[in-house]
Amino acid sequence: MNSIWLIIVPVLGAAVAALWPDNRTRPWLLPVFGLAHFALCVWLLFSPPAIAEGAWFGFDSLARAVLPAVSLLFLVCGVYGVSYLRVRAERPNRVFVSMLLAMLALLSAGHQARHLGLLWIATEGLTLAAVPMLHFNGTPRAFEATWKYLLVGGTGIALSLLGSFCLGYASLKGGGKGDLTFAALTAQGTELSRPWVLAAWVLVLVGYGTKMGLAPMHTWKPDAYGEAPGIIGAILAGAVTTVAFTAILRVRAVVAASGAAAITDRTLLVIGLFSMLVAAIFLLGTRDFKRMLAYSSVEHMGILCIGAGLGTAGMFAALFHVWNNSLTKAALFMSAGNLHRAAGARTIDQVSGMARVTPRSAWIFIAGLFAITALPPFGPFFSELQVIRAAFEMHHAGTAAMFLGCLLFAFFGLTRLAFAIVDGRPRVATKSAGVRFAESPGLILPPLLLLAFSCWLGIAAPHVLQQIWTEAVSQLIPFK
Amino acid sequence: MNETVNLLVGLAMGLNLLALGSSRLPGVIGAVAAQGIALGIMPLLLEGRADWHLVFIATATVAGKGFLIPFLLRRAMRAARIDREIEPIIGFVPSVLLGAAGAIGAVAIVESMPLLPEHRNSLLVPGALASVFTGFVLLIGRVKAISQVCGYLILENGIYLFGLLLLHTTAMFVEAGILLDVTVGVFVIGIIVDRIQRAFDSLDTRKLTVLRE
Repeated sequence: MNSIWLIIVPVLGAAVAALWPDNRTRPWLLPVFGLAHFALCVWLLFSPPAIAEGAWFGFDSLARAVLPAVSLLFLVCGVYGVSYLRVRAERPNRVFVSMLLAMLALLSAGHQARHLGLLWIATEGLTLAAVPMLHFNGTPRAFEATWKYLLVGGTGIALSLLGSFCLGYASLKGGGKGDLTFAALTAQGTELSRPWVLAAWVLVLVGYGTKMGLAPMHTWKPDAYGEAPGIIGAILAGAVTTVAFTAILRVRAVVAASGAAAITDRTLLVIGLFSMLVAAIFLLGTRDFKRMLAYSSVEHMGILCIGAGLGTAGMFAALFHVWNNSLTKAALFMSAGNLHRAAGARTIDQVSGMARVTPRSAWIFIAGLFAITALPPFGPFFSELQVIRAAFEMHHAGTAAMFLGCLLFAFFGLTRLAFAIVDGRPRVATKSAGVRFAESPGLILPPLLLLAFSCWLGIAAPHVLQQIWTEAVSQLIPFK
Repeated sequence: MNETVNLLVGLAMGLNLLALGSSRLPGVIGAVAAQGIALGIMPLLLEGRADWHLVFIATATVAGKGFLIPFLLRRAMRAARIDREIEPIIGFVPSVLLGAAGAIGAVAIVESMPLLPEHRNSLLVPGALASVFTGFVLLIGRVKAISQVCGYLILENGIYLFGLLLLHTTAMFVEAGILLDVTVGVFVIGIIVDRIQRAFDSLDTRKLTVLRE
């Protein structure tokens, strides 16, 4: 089985969705094609395809280590999407459904890209495909968020292209023949021109870091996540950021092979800690629970970077955390979407007492909140513990201390806000809106399933996953 | 050939300053369009031959950067009934001075970077960096959406200039994809401008302040 089917299947889905005549049944294409993609992904996870030498893309260890998480996330989002789009039946969903499936194809391509240019094209495509989703709600605020997303995201993506060119030039200067696959660039190793490699690293980190939402390039994130439907927030925070993260990891491997591993690790630690710090500060201040999730995402992107900067043990923890972040954050976005729909508002000044209005969504939201703030037995606790252990092993006690401090402040910020909207008496306006909002199983079971999966990962991460994370680490850090 | 290319890059750098100093939007759009055409014919001059691949790149670039995008921008400008930038965040004279300083800085930075022998006497790299810098000044220093799109285009042009260094060796697929993405990206931005205009009845991005912490 060739891994190109992971791209072809969702492209077919997007085409079918574009031609499908009926607005009411079209959303069912999301879970159908999502399931096909997930089945393929699992199949390829257990029987990995051979990758030709110099191939431009392939289902390599890194892709195997993270793409199944993205695929699972998409499948669950697809199931949720059916119920969500039924609630929003007044809006045409042709563009929404087909663009979402196109995003799945681009996500598959981006994760599997073993070529610098191909990786960039996939990321650029993702940026553009997300645009119609962001202003799905059609409000002026949604337009504003889309504009900021395009301007900041577009600039970021442009800088990552410049970084890719710099890396290409480093290869040419070092006697390369213009082969921009990561395998060829890594093979060149120390022959790569050092100044150009470092320039490339900075630009790529800033560029793809913008897509990931690392501080200080995170400014588009709260607006976009706040205004987009919950399901889109879940996919942006759990899947698109993952592509950007693996892009940074792939480039990091090249830069490290050129002899600058210490510099890459240090920059990753600094930008990771800075992101966590900024996120913690804003979490203490924000009053809007969807924007809160965006800042929490910034925090977790910081955690991923810190893990990636802490050697083999840290890299393993980061890959583990990719799964935990994707699944847990998606559960939060879905339940927050339910709360938003039911309450008709998003700030603690307008929303309270949701435990009485929509009890199931409210409790899933609280459970997800505890999961994301690293309460055992949920997965994030174990991956964050591994990051801290890796920090102590690498004698980065200061990093570990700052890491814990930021986690603590983020915990204060998140719980303050979440309990303010869940506890207390329902507002009058909220009450009447809640009557119209039915917590159908299609809106409740998907986030619950994701939380259960996060729990399972924490208590007993399957052996095959642990093995594949180890393989991916040895692909990314070959010398240790 | 190198002389002609250097002349065109110099022209593009001059157009950067023109875009920075112009308060009227048609002037900025015109500068961007002229820069697009100058950039578009460069691949042919650089390689000194004209196979179908190079002709395709050149034609697509000239058509996209030189005509299609400026046309869309002018249409957006008419739809919004604005034709000048009134209160820029960074004034026009300071912008030009910044741009000039950026150009000098770009030359200085490139002096310290290792270049291949065939690129030593070329203005391509300094021109690329200067354009990227100009793009940033416009993106940050202007408040009208159309000016910001122009800034983004100049930024893209700078990256395109840098990409020309790799023209000889990179596969065609990458270049074509890049070209397509650039065009589509701005096209989408154009549509958004249109929608923002309808929603806000103005193209002033300073009014986009509802979402502020």
